[in-house]
Amino acid sequence: MTKKSILSLAVVVIALSYTACKPKDASTAVSGDAAVKAYVAPGKYDEFYNFVSGGFSGQMSVYGLPSGRLFRVIPVFSVDPEKGYGYSEESKPMLNTSHGFVPWDDLHHTELSQTNGEIDGRWVFGNANNTPRVARIDLKTFRTAEIIELPNSAGNHSSPFITENTEYVIAGTRFSVPMGDNTDVAIDTYKKNFKGTVSFISVGKAGEMDIAFQLMLPGVNFDLSHAGKGPSHGWFFFSCYNTEQANTLLEVNASQRDKDFIMAVNWKKAEEYLKAGKGVKKQVKYVHNVWDEATHSAKSTVRTEVTVLDPAILKDICYFIPCPKSPHGCDVDPTGEYIVGSGKLAALIPVFSFTKMQKAIADKAFEGDFEGIPVIKYEAALHGEVKKPGLGPLHTEFDGKGNAYTTFFVSSEIVKWNIKDLKVLDRAPTFYSVGHLCIPGGDSKKPSPKYVIAYNKITKDRYLPTGPELAQSAQIYDISGDKMQLILDFPTIGEPHYAQAAPAELISKNSTKIFKIEENKNPYVAKGEKEAKVVREGNKVHVYMTSIRSHFSPDNIEGVKIGDEVYFHVTNLEQDWDVPHGFAVKGANNAELLIMPGETQTLKWVPEKVGVYPMYCTDFCSALHQEMQGYIRVSPAGSNVPLTFSLGKLPAPEAAAPPTK
Amino acid sequence: MKKWIIIAGMTIFLFACGGNDAANKEESKTEGSTSAEAAAPASADKAAADAKRGIGKFTKVEVGATLDAAMAESGTKVYDVKCGSCHKLTEERLVGPGWKGVTSRRTPEWVMNFATNVDEMLAKDPEAQAQLEICLVRMPNQNLTDDDARHVYEFMRKNDGVK
Repeated sequence: MTKKSILSLAVVVIALSYTACKPKDASTAVSGDAAVKAYVAPGKYDEFYNFVSGGFSGQMSVYGLPSGRLFRVIPVFSVDPEKGYGYSEESKPMLNTSHGFVPWDDLHHTELSQTNGEIDGRWVFGNANNTPRVARIDLKTFRTAEIIELPNSAGNHSSPFITENTEYVIAGTRFSVPMGDNTDVAIDTYKKNFKGTVSFISVGKAGEMDIAFQLMLPGVNFDLSHAGKGPSHGWFFFSCYNTEQANTLLEVNASQRDKDFIMAVNWKKAEEYLKAGKGVKKQVKYVHNVWDEATHSAKSTVRTEVTVLDPAILKDICYFIPCPKSPHGCDVDPTGEYIVGSGKLAALIPVFSFTKMQKAIADKAFEGDFEGIPVIKYEAALHGEVKKPGLGPLHTEFDGKGNAYTTFFVSSEIVKWNIKDLKVLDRAPTFYSVGHLCIPGGDSKKPSPKYVIAYNKITKDRYLPTGPELAQSAQIYDISGDKMQLILDFPTIGEPHYAQAAPAELISKNSTKIFKIEENKNPYVAKGEKEAKVVREGNKVHVYMTSIRSHFSPDNIEGVKIGDEVYFHVTNLEQDWDVPHGFAVKGANNAELLIMPGETQTLKWVPEKVGVYPMYCTDFCSALHQEMQGYIRVSPAGSNVPLTFSLGKLPAPEAAAPPTK
Repeated sequence: MKKWIIIAGMTIFLFACGGNDAANKEESKTEGSTSAEAAAPASADKAAADAKRGIGKFTKVEVGATLDAAMAESGTKVYDVKCGSCHKLTEERLVGPGWKGVTSRRTPEWVMNFATNVDEMLAKDPEAQAQLEICLVRMPNQNLTDDDARHVYEFMRKNDGVK
């Protein structure tokens, strides 16, 4: 028997076993060669990286496709004691906001940077929904490199979508709120006092973010967005709901109107007005946090000004297009011509034409205005409607071959349809209640249409039960043929919303392996054990500590007193890939440190009881990892035990160890 | 019965892929060592020469009769940051062996190959493997440049009394 025939026999056996064990429901969607299509052999690499939003975990997870293997959870908006993120002195400023230190948020959408409308593998952005912020993650280190807060914003949901050369990353308000000098107003004065904004955050060559301008907009809910591309480059499209402007029981009161809006923003025009000085500078307060790879630490700075443009006065920046029933997804196809709005409560999908929209604007084919912004006639911008596609359309991605894939939350399915003739081509069930979906590059000019991944809100009976709280899930479908084929499902961390995927080689080749110890500019670095020391400054004790397989230097410290604040500045002297060291000390009220090769990180420790405290390495580093430990002695306040530190000194007989230098 | 078929099927399946994989790796390993050998001089006592030189890019290192003080100085700095945590300058073993006398025990090629090609040396070089059995901690690859390695060797010579 040849190897191939053994393999195919095995596949048949596996396939048989699948159908034999679970003849009902879900498995009916799994056909014979699914296991082979999702199988990535041990030691082999996946084809794609998948960057998945963690929802209420506040983090971003990285999976391989098609295996569904989890590689890393990147801490972004929530503290992560495992990595010391938000606990080390160096990383605390990353989570600073104008409200102080915020340890948690809700990350909904991921967006990979693009050049010429194609994914370029430099950065991935994420949005914080609750305390409005946008984060940039560096794909060389897979770490959060920068976080910018958004003033005049509440519920940053329609974010962090980008323009085709990553000129801007977008942030739009889900909640409209009162803004400016008088924000203490009655909630039921929504129509009079509440406003929404859309922020255009410029992205520099090195990725640095800055709020270029904000648009002050009518008080509605901005939901999702996508940039134009190709012919529609220069425009940005947003879905809006609650055009009823309700402030209570939105479930009913924001579902009254037959149509809400897609908002089209001509941002090139906005740039012209900005240049012409038409912006108004507003006094606000927000913070900008940047991680520095040289000092291995973050810096948080406060900013106090933002420039606002008013589209009700500057007439040709914004237009509304009516869109049926509380639109959610707002997606632009790879050609840049078609804009798909998905009305959550609609039983059809409207597709708008950029060309027709331009003509409608030129012809002034308006049906009126909404708070000073022109409303284009629905038919004048409409390419057509997909009739009876399913129930509750949410999000659409594209295969670059003229087809769109839309998720349906209520009817739990993905539906493939043709953009030109609007005919439904295929439908596949999801398990269950799918939200977002992802095709690698599926919102760019150049999708890699091999898989579509569904991100499900509910798993119910899909996995072994784990009490009342169950995992959310992702499901991978092969879309290389005419029909979608379910090949794998796997649980996710947090609640996945939007996700993006990119070919692995675009990113893997740039991955950082170590930080060069010679380039470490942390003010508390110890470059070698010669520089290890303990220094007292008043009641602050700074421990300049080194770690290498398998000892700390120093590993015996005495002379710390109650009332002292101890700062362990631990430098990892290793210069080899995949050799982090950890650091933990008994009773620490925060977390551990996890220090990458060549890095310095600091743990603050305030001992409250007299005694000898152990400290140790938490990350298994060598055969003698269990020996990588030390002691720190804490004496009463006012004690005269001198400050000493040592490594490798054996005790003097019976007497207290003499001070060493 | 059904279960057995599944297990048998899966086992075959895994073996088919796994076996293939291991074979590939073995091939590439052989290629690797072939090229390393090819770089070494082809003489009768080639094996002995290799054992003394170790495995890596350094096949012939020129060492002066007297100390190059500048090189040794630069080597001291590298030692302080990257080596001193584990190697004392006396004969005493800390994590790794003490450096006193190392230049008479080892060739410069072996030292520099070990310092720059740690993983392959620990995988294949009998002398490096014997050392690992004593110390039990794999020497970290400290990412020394070729120059760093040469300078550290000069510092070792200084430590051994070369003037």
